[in-house]
This record gives sequence, C-alpha cells and structure tokens, in this order.
Amino acid sequence: MADITIPERIPITLVVNGERRALEVVPWTTLLDALRDRLELTGTKKGCDHGQCGACTVLIDGRRVNSCLTLAVMKDGAEITTIEGLAKDGTLHPLQQAFIDHDAFQCGYCTPGQICSAAGLLAEGRARNADEIRELMSGNLCRCGAYPNIVAAIEQAMSRS
Amino acid sequence: MNAYVGTSTSRVDGRAKVTGAAKYAGEFAADRLLHGFVVEASIARGRIVRLDTSEALKVKGVVDVLTHEHRPPLADKDEAWKDEVAPEKGSPLRPLYDNRIKFNGQPIALVVAEDWETAKFAATRVRVEYEQEAFATDLESERGKAKKVDQPHKPRGDAAAALARAAVRHEADYVIPTEHHNPMELFATTAVWNGSGGLTVYDKTQGVQNVQKFLCSVFAKKPDDIRVISPYVGGAFGSGLRPQHQVVLATLAALALKRSVRVVLTRQQMYGLGYRPMTIERVALGARPDGTLDAITHEAIAVTSRYEDFSRNDTGWAEQLYKSPNSKFAHKLVDLDVSTPCDMRAPGAATGVCALECAMDELAVALQLDPVELRLRCYSDRDQSEGLPYTSKQLRECYARGAEAFGWSRRNPASRSMRDGKELVGWGMATGVWEALQMPVAVRIVLTANGHAEVSCAASDIGTGTYTIVAQVAADALGLPIENISVRLADSTLPQAPVEGGSWMAASSAHAVLGAAEEIRWELACLAKAMPGSPLADLDAANVTLTDGMIVNNDRRGAAVSIADVMRHSKLERIEKEKLNQFAEDKSHARNTHSAVFAEVKIDEELGIIRVTRIVNAVAAGRILNTKTGRSQIMGGVVWGIGMALHEETVMDHRFGRIMNANIAEYHIPVNADVHDIDVIFVDEPDDRINRMGIKGLGEIGIVGVPAAIANAVYHATGKRIRRFPITLDKLLE
Repeated sequence: MADITIPERIPITLVVNGERRALEVVPWTTLLDALRDRLELTGTKKGCDHGQCGACTVLIDGRRVNSCLTLAVMKDGAEITTIEGLAKDGTLHPLQQAFIDHDAFQCGYCTPGQICSAAGLLAEGRARNADEIRELMSGNLCRCGAYPNIVAAIEQAMSRS
Repeated sequence: MNAYVGTSTSRVDGRAKVTGAAKYAGEFAADRLLHGFVVEASIARGRIVRLDTSEALKVKGVVDVLTHEHRPPLADKDEAWKDEVAPEKGSPLRPLYDNRIKFNGQPIALVVAEDWETAKFAATRVRVEYEQEAFATDLESERGKAKKVDQPHKPRGDAAAALARAAVRHEADYVIPTEHHNPMELFATTAVWNGSGGLTVYDKTQGVQNVQKFLCSVFAKKPDDIRVISPYVGGAFGSGLRPQHQVVLATLAALALKRSVRVVLTRQQMYGLGYRPMTIERVALGARPDGTLDAITHEAIAVTSRYEDFSRNDTGWAEQLYKSPNSKFAHKLVDLDVSTPCDMRAPGAATGVCALECAMDELAVALQLDPVELRLRCYSDRDQSEGLPYTSKQLRECYARGAEAFGWSRRNPASRSMRDGKELVGWGMATGVWEALQMPVAVRIVLTANGHAEVSCAASDIGTGTYTIVAQVAADALGLPIENISVRLADSTLPQAPVEGGSWMAASSAHAVLGAAEEIRWELACLAKAMPGSPLADLDAANVTLTDGMIVNNDRRGAAVSIADVMRHSKLERIEKEKLNQFAEDKSHARNTHSAVFAEVKIDEELGIIRVTRIVNAVAAGRILNTKTGRSQIMGGVVWGIGMALHEETVMDHRFGRIMNANIAEYHIPVNADVHDIDVIFVDEPDDRINRMGIKGLGEIGIVGVPAAIANAVYHATGKRIRRFPITLDKLLE
C-alpha cells in the first residue's frame, strides 16, 4: 500500500454563540470534534459519537441537532449555539437555573446536551405536559437517572417562558 | 448550628455544570497535544504472532504506534500492577505487556497521531495475526466448573434437613446477566508532559491517589513525578474504581514520546473494561405454616476472568437479613476468557438481594401471605450472620411509611386481579439493604482573615455530591455562609482519601471536615482567650461554637468575639489545619442501611409492554446531609433498578467471545420516557453510635430491592414469574 495521505483541509466559518469563527477542517471532522478540539468549546460532550446518547446536542440555526452526526463542513456559515452561549452577561438561561434548582443532574456530563435539547424543545412548542416532555427528551440519555428532575426543570422553564 | 447540613442546598458545582465550564478528563488542553487511539484484540484467547504497524505509520500525522514489542519499560511483577482495590487473587491486566490475549477487546496497540481522526483512521491499518486457543465465555455451559470462593459465611443449624421438612418450600434459580456501567463520559486520560520528565495526568477515575500510586508503581516513578487530577467525573458507578487501561496507555505514550497525550476510549471500547458479572443465584426458602422461616440457602455462581478472581458477597444479605435458624451459603466463580468484572453500583447486593427478594415474594404467594407481612414475620433486630445488634435499623418504619405512601393496603393479593383499561396492573415490593461503611480521610482547611475557607481533600465527586456536602459541613462547623467556602477535590497532592465508592465517602469526608474545622475552632478559641480584655478570657477552649463569623461561648451566648478581630489582633492572615479522621473500630454492632421498595407496573397484555408507573422507595440511612442531592442519589438508584429489571443486558456471542451490543443503543438503559413517578422517603433514623454525625451513605441503597420489587409487580400483574433478567416483553409473551 502506498503512503496514505489525509484529505485536504477545507476552510469554513461557523457562527458560534454569536461569534464568527474561521477554521480549516478535514471533511471527516464532525461538528462535535470541531467544537471540542479546534474551538476549545468543551462544554459540548461526547458520549457515544454515534447519535445514540444526545450528550453532543447543540442548536444549529435554532434547531437541536446531534453534533456528532454532523460534519463540520456541512455547516459552513451556520449559527450554532452551544451550552457556553446560553447564559447572557453572566445571567443564567432560565433552563440552566431550573436545572440547578431541581437538581436535574448529578455528574453533569449529559447536562449541556439536556439543556440545549430542552431549549430546542421549548422553541419547538410541541411539549405541553410532562408526558410529552419525557417523550421528546428521550434522545438525551442520563445515566445518573435524573430524569424526573429534568422534567421538573423543563416544566419550570416552560411555565416562565 | 446547622444552617446547611440536613437542608436541600443546591449543588455548589451546579453553575459549572450547567454552563459547560466544568472540565472532564479528556478536555484539558496542552501544548502540542497528541491523540492516541486504541487497537483491540479480536480474538478471545491466544497470542499475537505478528503485529504489523508499518501501514499505520505511513499515514501522514501518525507519530508512533506503541505495541508490546515497541514501548518503554513496564513493571514485570504482579504486585506492581495491583491497585488499592484490585482483587486479592490474580494477575492484573498489563496493557501492551506481552503477546498474550486474555479477552476479546483487550488493548494491543496504541496509535498516536497529531489529531484524533488520524489516529482513529490509522488504527484500522494495524495488521494483527493471532494464534487462537480454545476459549469459553458462557457461564451457563461452564457452570459445572465453578470453584468455591472463601467467604466469611457461618452456616447455621442444618439447612438441608430443615428444607426437607418445611411445610412450605420454594427453590429457584434467578439469573442476572452481565451489565455494563456505561457512564455518560467516555473513559479518558490527558497526560500532560511537563518538560522535565514529570506528568500531570487528568484521568477519569474515582480515586486520584489510587491512580497516582498505581502509575508510579507501573512506571517506576517517584511520587513527585506524577500528579493525578480529576475535578469532574462524568459518572462512574464503580467503573472508575480501578485504574483503567487508557490511563496506562496515555502515560506510556507520553513517556515514550516526551509529549502530552490524550487517550479517549470509544463507547464500544468501554465494553472491554469491568462490568457487573453475570450471576446465577440459587435461593431456597423453607417456611413454617405461620410464615416464619426455618431455612435459607443461597448459592451464587458468578463470572470472573481467567486472570483475576473478582467476587462480591451476593449471599451475605440472605445471611443477615431475616431470622432463620437453619441456613447455608456458598459463593462460586467460573473462570472465563473475558475481562475481569468490577464493582458496579451496590455490587453483590443489587444481584443477591434481587434473588432473595424475588424468592421471598414467591414464598409469600405459596403461603398466601401478604409480602410485607411475610417480611415482618421474619424481621430481625439483629444481624443474623453475626448475631449483632444494629447501630440503628428503621426497616420496620420503611415498610410502614412506604406502604402508606404507596397505598399498599388497597392491593388485591390475587395476580391478574387489577386493571387499568387494557393494561394489567401489578403491585410488588421488596426489601433493600447495604452496608454503612466508613474510611480514613484527611481534610485540610485554610481559613483566611477575610472570612473565607478553602477545604481540600483528594476525594472525588463522581456526581454524588461530595463538593456540596463538604461545603455544607464546613460552613456549619466554621459558622460561615456556604458562599465563603471553596472546595478543592480530586487532586493527588491533596490530603489523603480512598477511592470514592461503597457509599462511604459522605460519612468519611464529613467527619474529616468536622475534625479539621474543630482544630481551627480550638486555635481561634485559644487566640480569643489570650486577647487583652477578652470576654472569652475564662473560656474552656473546647466549649465554643463558630457562628456568623463569631467565636461564641456555648455556656454564655452573649460572650463572643469576632473571628476577624481575633485574626487581626493575632496578626494572622490564615489558619491552616489538616486532620486525618479515623473511625474507631466497633465490632459490637452491625452497620447497615435499609429500604422498602414498592413498585407499580402497567402491562399491555397483548403486546407485553411493561411500564413502571410508580416507585416508592422508603430509605433508612441515618442522617441525610442534603435532602436535595440525597433524594437524587436514591432516585438515580431507582432508575438503575428499572434498567436492571427491564432493560440492561450485555449480550455475548459465545462463538467469538465478543460482546454483540457494545454500544449505548443496543445495550438498553432507561430513557426519560421509561421513568415516571418516583417517590423517595427518608425515614428518620437517628444513630449516635455509628459515628458522631450519624451518617450512613446513600450511593448504593437506592438500587437495592428495586429490580425485585418490579419483578414481583410483573408477577402480580400477569401471573408470570420471570426469573431471568431483564424482564423483556418476549419473555412475557412466551
């Protein structure tokens, strides 16, 4: 087998948490790895890299997406909100505060994905009660088992939004 | 003064976790960081004949490929590889040590590259040829080869004779499959090369000092050469008790290449770490017509690896919990060509109590007795194995409070008797029990003149809430607002702590904080006494309280001096105290937590779909330090119990000795929609004997009993007794 070369890097721009970030990535770099390894935004978590756990959930143009199943080059120019971009001027997003109030996490590893997913859920306006929250948040696994508290936190944020 | 202890204080690390600021092991940056990707064995047993890395090395960006033939020196004695929680018997795994393959998925090479994707790609270019040997991975087919393990069991009376004469007898096998912890965070290590041969190792672990000593031993380093840090751990549940192979590989690569290296395992690769071993639990119960027990026997046969004997006390709970004059217990292991099992939430109890409590339910049915009533008739105020009284045991109260909250009195005892529309309804219950353990822990407190205190300890917070309870205890003991307390944990250079496990860290760390705070208080009191014209001049320095920034005479509350004044007058910027807390040994009492779990299931009769609609878990676990995080601990345990009852099973293809569902989609864990109403009740359990604060710990007790309560509810709903976990719909429809 001949020498194996890695494909050329491609320049892209991502608008991350309101800031334009230019970077060059090889085509196989996921949005998740670009955020964590290239932009040092490690708040977005890798739990499976296969779209099975939801820990990598971010908002792309307002919609919740598994960033591990998204190639960075596909999102050239997109607006991306990560957990680091939810608090404004030091004030927590209502969901962040609700997660603290209701102890909606233990180890904290799935938490950024849960909160971003919940923010997407609120924007969708599809969940009207606890059962629907449970169903529509089932793409975000929590091994600590904080689910009832996650539902309570989202209900709190929903009632105040 | 308890302004914080016993309250529902929110997690002090909450803000870091909801903003993404909390950094986990694989997230620490380093200059010129390299990334390692693990290559694993694809056979279950044998040896590597040829390992060709040439094609991998040709990939642009690959720096090196480490193998057993190409690596820095590793320790060559088993003792050097035994960490503080390694099984006593055996020869621990040595990654990349030699050509031997002990299990499918064993790490055999590490590809190191400038970026992660390149390392991952190049790992597919490593060619391996093996010489395979015959292997076995199936517990059930190898059951006859089980070997007995020494356990501190004391048989009582003649169990065989008592069983033979029993008016009512029940005997069955309960099979609990292999389960994997699957913490959400991938196992990861960032080994940062500091330029002079030393390393700072950020590792996903439940014990930084355990890992630090292990690495020094394996790599023949001096204690100052390696520092291990793990400020946040994205779940572990026992999987991070022993140092895992990624920390060896990252350290190995950093030492070989004199650069910083990060190794993150994939979810699939994490199935090559430890797990809850598959166990066949054989329980026999013999009862008199009045519902008292005359005989208990419990034999557990569990998986271990061929290279280490891992065993936990599955049968000790049956030995301890219920009155029975005749009993016999045995624990056995079967050596298989798999990786060594390890502790997983309530090891030995989640499994052993599950079998015991299913068997008790079957006995209640046979006796036509209410399951709670059966347990009350067998209730023991003494630990039956040792005949010792408990430091406290409010299990009776757990049954009463749990039953009341659940509405148990409205249960129709007949199976298939309750319905909700097209769903069958089942109500089941079970007892839970765990040990109340405590370990030596040291804490350092630095109180500064501005009224802040830094509390530090090497203990980990794996999501259990250690940061928060340490801050609560310190704030109360020092009389400061909790905002003025900063807690540093999980750095091997901090005061001594064991691994975080066994539910021992709450009691252990809280008493260490208390001890250090009392030394600070003593010094402040002595300084206050010595001040000219001090209102505390005649004070007994041991008889003071620190509250609201003041040193107060306990006998004369009006006599007080401000801490700030004392420190200013004494020209002290800071007072630093470190205290190692040891618990006095007390063999006169048994120490346990208990619970009563009540479960409701609703089952679609045509489709077999099972929903756990309600769980009430009434827990007696001494003093609860934080009702908010404590409730979460129990709730999390209940969710684990739901998983164990209905979802979790690691499935092995025994033709290859390889796990078939090594991912988090086909290894099912409960999702949000699987979890409904969970009611956690903390039963008051004052305990002034176990330790000064009456703390027992909560990490394990929440899961124990839950799988059995659900299984018993499934029986009540359907009349079908499923003894092979998890209870999936196909088993109900059979």
